[in-house]
Formats: sequence, structure tokens, C-alpha cells
Amino acid sequence: MRAWLPLLLRLCLLALLVAFLSNPLWFEPLLRPLTQNGAPAVYNQGSLLSLALLHLRTVAIATAAAIVVAVALAILVTRPIGAEFLPLSRSLVNIGQTFPPVAVLALAVPAVGFGEKPTLIALFLYGLLPIFENTLTGLTTTPPSIVEAARGAGMTGWQRLTKVELPLCLPVMLAGIRLSVVISLATATIGSTVAAKTLGEVIIAGLQSNNLAFVLQGGLIVAALAVLIYDALSALERMAARRMGQVA
Amino acid sequence: MHRGARQGSRGRIAVVSIRFDKLGVVIALIACYGAFSAPFAIFRANRIVAGEPRSIIEALPQPLGAVLLAVLVAAGLIALFRTPLVARLGAAAVTLASLALLIGVAGSHLTPEGNTFARISPASGFWLLIFAFTLLLADVLTRLQLSPVGRVVVLGIGAAAIWLLLASGQWDSLSILKEYANRADSFWNEARRHVELALGSLFAATLVGLPLGILCHRVQALRDGVLNVLNIIQTIPSIALFGILIAPLGWVAANVPGASVLGIRGIGAAPAFVALFLYSLLPVVANTVVGLAGVPRAANDAARGMGMTGWQRLSGVEFPLAFPVILTGIRIVLVQNIGLATIAALIGGGGFGVFVFQGVGQTAMDLVLLGAVPTVALAFAAAIILDAVVETVATRKSTEVAAA
Amino acid sequence: MIEIDHITKRYGETTVVDDVSMVIEPRTVTVIVGTSGSGKTTLLRMINRLVEPSSGTIRLDGIDNRSVPGHELRRSIGYAIQGNGLFPHRTVAQNIATVPALLGWDAARIKARVDELLALLQLDPAAFGPRYPHELSGGQQQRVGVARALAAEPNVLLMDEPFGALDPIIRTKAQEDLLAIQKRFGTTIILVTHDMEEAVHLGDRIAVMDAGKLVQYATPADILANPASDFVETLIGASDRPFKLLSLGTVGDAVEPGPAAGEGIRAGASQRDALAELLWSGRPAMPVTGENGAALGRVTVEGLVKRAARPQ
Repeated sequence: MRAWLPLLLRLCLLALLVAFLSNPLWFEPLLRPLTQNGAPAVYNQGSLLSLALLHLRTVAIATAAAIVVAVALAILVTRPIGAEFLPLSRSLVNIGQTFPPVAVLALAVPAVGFGEKPTLIALFLYGLLPIFENTLTGLTTTPPSIVEAARGAGMTGWQRLTKVELPLCLPVMLAGIRLSVVISLATATIGSTVAAKTLGEVIIAGLQSNNLAFVLQGGLIVAALAVLIYDALSALERMAARRMGQVA
Repeated sequence: MHRGARQGSRGRIAVVSIRFDKLGVVIALIACYGAFSAPFAIFRANRIVAGEPRSIIEALPQPLGAVLLAVLVAAGLIALFRTPLVARLGAAAVTLASLALLIGVAGSHLTPEGNTFARISPASGFWLLIFAFTLLLADVLTRLQLSPVGRVVVLGIGAAAIWLLLASGQWDSLSILKEYANRADSFWNEARRHVELALGSLFAATLVGLPLGILCHRVQALRDGVLNVLNIIQTIPSIALFGILIAPLGWVAANVPGASVLGIRGIGAAPAFVALFLYSLLPVVANTVVGLAGVPRAANDAARGMGMTGWQRLSGVEFPLAFPVILTGIRIVLVQNIGLATIAALIGGGGFGVFVFQGVGQTAMDLVLLGAVPTVALAFAAAIILDAVVETVATRKSTEVAAA
Repeated sequence: MIEIDHITKRYGETTVVDDVSMVIEPRTVTVIVGTSGSGKTTLLRMINRLVEPSSGTIRLDGIDNRSVPGHELRRSIGYAIQGNGLFPHRTVAQNIATVPALLGWDAARIKARVDELLALLQLDPAAFGPRYPHELSGGQQQRVGVARALAAEPNVLLMDEPFGALDPIIRTKAQEDLLAIQKRFGTTIILVTHDMEEAVHLGDRIAVMDAGKLVQYATPADILANPASDFVETLIGASDRPFKLLSLGTVGDAVEPGPAAGEGIRAGASQRDALAELLWSGRPAMPVTGENGAALGRVTVEGLVKRAARPQ
């Protein structure tokens, strides 16, 4: 029973989410008690579905860019040519992680103005750190005997990287991507304060008009997305790890 | 092989007899662009109109502009080549100090006499230069491998220098401080609220999280469930959690006698506090469990063998050994909370976020900075200090264990 | 033939391998023995250029090993290391196929070779091919490591403490398997170990290294009988040298005519085993049987003790 219960719960959550996004009016009676003075119970200033898709799109673009740059940087500082940058890059990551996402977002506005751009920049910059850190950990902890065996088999540096080192650090890398995505989902919500089209719009509209129904539906959609994506990526990560006999 | 390869390249470079520092090349390039191509300061007729860029020479009275350029070129060259660490440290410190001093000078120089509307703010060139030489400083400090105390001392020196500059009025002509001057009272109120939210929720989370962690360690059946629930809470975006909590707390305020007297309301600090508390639980509980699980079996067995009771074992053996790990969890929470507390402003909870979101609303970037800069500084200082504490505690523990 | 010609490797001020010259005959097993830090592994790794020498040359069949790029050279030389270094993210079959795939063999040829090697190492190709290394026992992993090193049919196989991580019983079996494989393919094997017993058991010739220098390079019997220095003597372990000598010869070489009672011993067993059996059962002599079960004669305690005495 224990094995299938969590899966069932997640499937229910997914079904609920899809139902709510495609047909929010079905849930109107549930949300109605939360409103006052006949305010609308379901967000009416735009389609929830398209906001959710825009939200996911923003996160996807920023995460994809962050993966490319973070992995490239991690590879660079672990090659002989970039080895000098390794200690510094570690300290920079440590410092970078103390920057709150909101601050990054707010500080990006003066540079690029309002809209989706500052959100993308903040998500990208903040998403870099976990991926870089985890990829770095993965690349620097590859067992020496395995790298040695790869050299001994006559692999070139590039072949060692693509056929041995990167596949080996895949589970750790995935963990970093998962962290990054979850942080980005949350930060994208705040992006609405700088006029990005995301689900944060619903929450902020609710906060401004004192409409709890808006706050709740916006919050719950983002939370459900975050939980589902987190779970899916965790499962992917466990699969990758199990294949290598590591305990996730 | 690695040693061999490095030796080979060093030998080759020796033939050319110029030794570049790879990071130095990056720093010199950024500094070069920042000094010669990007604006040093921005002049605006009032706080919300678009600004006009000013280069170093334009922004500073002569001969200070030329002096700054000379300092920058010299420091850039020191960074570019392989120079002793002391020289690099000096170059970074002198450059950063000159930049900090001279941006203030630029402020007074560019402000027309008697004009209270004009705003001078540092521009991209200034920030790039700060970034480049902070990079140099960070590199030197990393290579020096300072002790925990040393790092805190460096932080103290930096903080003292900034405080001195603020107190001296050197920066008063800059836009961010003009925003501050207009809000001096509310600034300190929000600062206090910010710290209260971050530290208070941390304190509450430690109070609840430690026993919960110990319980999870002892009762296997509880562990997975509790950690899973806390994990899910962590994935809920902060703004959503803040919002979601408004409903139950509003209900409590309306229906539980005395609750509203205690300050529990749907909107305001209460939901922010509860949300931060909930976020803080996972790192505290998880690290307590991990720390306790990491206590060597032999130590535990020896304690039992000597006739210690469960409580004596916990307080005398397990907890002290797990302490560094638990402390790491507390460090994570504190830095995370200082950042998240900014969002409290969205639900009327106060904190530095008030300035950030007001500034965003009014498109007044100086106001955004007034909220964001102290938040970052606070988080940064908290991270350095707690890292130092964690390291000290951890090394003390390991030497104790080694001695025993 | 491998010619190592005045090879030296220095790291800064330290000389790790100091002017070593030796010639390794094809189709033989050469064992390099030494304590840790003696330079034995560095010497081995200079043959396939995992380490580049500071001076000197190494020629494989008369050709300088620096005449091709390092990675291409290494594809033509088998290499197996302690703890096997199997790639945990690849199946057993993919692991073995590493070098053939790098060389661009076609799929059918790779599959045939992988199956051949697995069968040879007594691992069922259908059952073990698709498994991942962590699903195998230590002994099985070691065998896969050897199979991977042999996959591209190299003439030369370099092994760095290949049996170091195995427990004694599995190790003996793995050593026998290696010798069988060497006989079958005629591979030139150069093996590094710190264990003189292993060296005596496996090597056609043994090279003893100490502090970067080649101290002695000779047949096992020669090394046991005439250690070149105190160091070699210590390495052999002077006290049980007679037994080591006995372990070199088979019972078949020590057969004397005459009858003996009780349980017999095979002609292929080592003389050391025969002596141990005689002393343990308290008999002066025991019968010897051939591989086909025919009686060949007997071995005696007296005869074996004579053989164990230092050759004059």
C-alpha cells in the first residue's frame, strides 16, 4: 500500500491541477466563501491556463540558459586550462548564494527595465548557482580510478568528458537542476511585481484587492506545479542514480 | 601527469618571460571597459526622469579624475601579471577605497549648487569596476586561506570602512542616501522589523525543530513522514505561502478570543512570521537528524557501556557530536530567512522589502537599492560570521575527537 | 618486444624512476615488484604514456612509443588497474566494448568479441552482458576489467596491481585464469605488484625496483637463489625462501621411481603443496598420478627437502 499511495496522491494532484487550469469555473463554489462584497471568486483578468504556461515558459527559458552556462563553467574550471579559477569560483558561488532572489530581481530592473527581462535575468543568475555547484561537486568527485581507466583505454580529453565524467555526474547535476527549477518557480512569482506575466499576477491582484480567493488559487497553482515538478525531477534523479548503483 | 603538464607550460611561459595571471586578464578587461567605455555616474534632474551618463573625467573635478584613472590602470596591471599576493591585496584594497571615496566626490561635484532635486547615482562603469576589483580581492582572500577569525576580521574592517564613509557624509550627495534621508525613521523601523522576522522565526524554528529532529532520530516511523511534509512546504513559493496563510490566520484572529490582541491578524507580520518559521523547520530538523545519525556507533556504545541514561547520552555525547551539522542548518536558515523576509512586505509584514516594492512601484530605482543593498549586506555578513562559527566548532570537535 | 631504454622520470627535484633499462620478450609475463614509492607504477605508466618520461625512450617492436599520439597508443595497449576502474554508468558489455568502440569496430564484430571474452572468463554473456558493474561481485568485476583490457586484441597488456582488491581465495583463481588467457592469446603481460609471492607465481621474469632504480631483473628461480641485494632478500622474505623455490616446480619434476601408500597427488600440483601434504599427514612418501590418473611414481620428503636447499 505504501508504495502506490504517494503516486496516487500525485496523480490526483495533477488531475486537479489540469481540471482547475482548464475549467476554473467548476471550482467557483469552493472559492466563493473566501470573497467579500460579491468580488469575483475566480481570476478574471486573464486566463489562468495561459498565465501558468507563461510562468512555466519563463522558468524553462531561464533554466535552460542556466544549465548551459553553469555546466560549461563547471567544465572549464575542472580542466587544466581553467584550474586556476577553481578556488575563486567556489568562493563566488558561496557569496552568490547569500543574495536573496528578490534582491537580484529588483537589482536587474535598473539595468533592463520592467517586464519579462529582469525576471529572466534574476531566474538565470539565481538558477546558475545550484547547477554550477552540483556539477562542480560531481566533476571533482569522480573516482580517480575511473578517470584513470578512461585515459588508459585511450580516450581523448573530450571523450573522457562526454563519455565518462558528465554521464557519471548526471545524478548530482540533476539534483542541482531540481533545486534551481524550484527556486525559479518561486522567484518567477515575484517577477509579477516587475510586470512579468506569471502566476504571481493572480496572487498580487488578490493581495491588492484583498481577495483571498485570488491569493489562494494563485498560490495553490504555483505550489502544485512546484511539488509536481520537484517530484518528477526527483524520480528522474533516482533513476539515473540507481542505474549506477548509487543510493539517491 | 598533472604536475608534469603544469611544469611543461610553466617552462614554456618562462621562455617568453611574461607571466600572465588568467583571472587577471579577465579583471583587466572588465576594468578597462568599466573605466574607459562605460559611464561612471548618472545625472538625473529629478528622481524619476531618465539619466544622463557621465564618464570618470566628466564626473570628477580635475585632477581627481586623472588620478583615479592612473590608480585603475596601475591596479589593472598588477592584476594582469603574476604578482605577489600582497601587491594584489594592496591593489584591490586601494582601488576599492578610491572608488568608494570618489563616487561621493562625483556626487557633490555633479550636483548643481543648491539643487535638491538632482540625483546622482553610480552607473554601470562604477559597478563594473567594483565588481572587477572585488573579484580580485575575493581571489586574494581565497588564496590566503584565512582562518575563520581572520575572515570575520576582514568583514569587520570592511563594515567599519563603510560605516565611516556613511558617517562622514561623504556619500550624502548620492541618490540612495537622499532616499534614506527622506525616510531615516522608517528605515530603522523596517530594519528592526526585518531582523526581528528573520531572527525570531529562526529562534522559534530552532525551539521546535531541535526536539522534533531528536524525536525523528529516535522514532524511525516518524522520520520519513515529517521530512516529506517539510520538504513539500519548502517547494511552495514564498509569496504563495505568505498568501495562503492569510486565510487561516485571519480566521484565527476573528474566531479565537484574545488572538487579535496578541497581534495575530490575517495580514501583516503574523503570516510572514509563520511562513518563515515553516520554511526554517526543514533545514533545522533535517540537519539535526543527519547530525545525530552521523554520531559514530562506537561513541554511542561506549556511552551505554559506561551506564549513561538515554538523556545523558543525548546531552553528553550525541548532541555535542552532532552540533556542527545542526549549526550548518541554522546558518542555511538564517541566510534564507534574511532574503525571504523581503517578501513579507507584499502582505504588509514590513522589512526592507517595503522599500524594494515601493521603489519598484514608483519606478524609483534608488529606493529599490535602499531596500536591496542592506538585505544583501545583512545576508552576506550573516553567512560569513556563521560559516566562521561552524568551521571553528567543527575543527574543535575533530581535534577533540583526535585527542580522545 | 618492448625495449625500455635509459628511462628517467623526475617530478621537480624528486627522481621517481632513475635510468631504467630493460628488454621484455614478447609473449612472456614480466612482473615489476617493489615497495610503494619504488617507481614501479610510474614505470608501467610510461609504457602507454599515461606518464611522459623526462628522458629516455621506450620502443614497442622497435617503434618509439612517441611516434603516435598518446590516446591512439593507449588504444593499442591493454590496461587493467586495481579496483578495476569499471565505468559504473555502462553495462558490462558496454564496458568491455570501450576500446573497440573507440577504434570504430562495427557492432557485430564488437558483440562477437564481447561474447567471446565473457565466455572465456566464465561469465555467461546473456546473463552478465546487460548488467551494471555494481551488480557484480568483486571477483566478477575484476574479470570484466581484464576482459575490457583485452577487448581490442592488444599484443601488450599492462596491469597495475590487478588482484590487489581481491580476497586470497579469489585471487589465486584470478591468477590461474590470467595465466590461461596469456597462454591462449600469447599476450605480452607486464604486471605491477608489491607481492613477491604473486611475482614468483606469475612471472616469467621479475624486475625488482627500489627507490626508482631497477635492482634486479631475472627469472624467479634466479632471484630466489641469488638475490642481488639485501633489499631483494628482504622482499623475498629470507625465512620462507625454500618454500618459494618449491612452489616454482611441479610434482611431476620431482617424481622418483618407487611405490608409496595412501592418497596420491597430481603431477601438476606444486612441490610446495606436496611437501605440505606429506608433513601434514606424517608420511615419508606419497604416490603421484598423471592427469589421466596413471601412476607415475612417488615423491618423498627427503627428495623435496633436497630440492628446497639452496642451489649451489
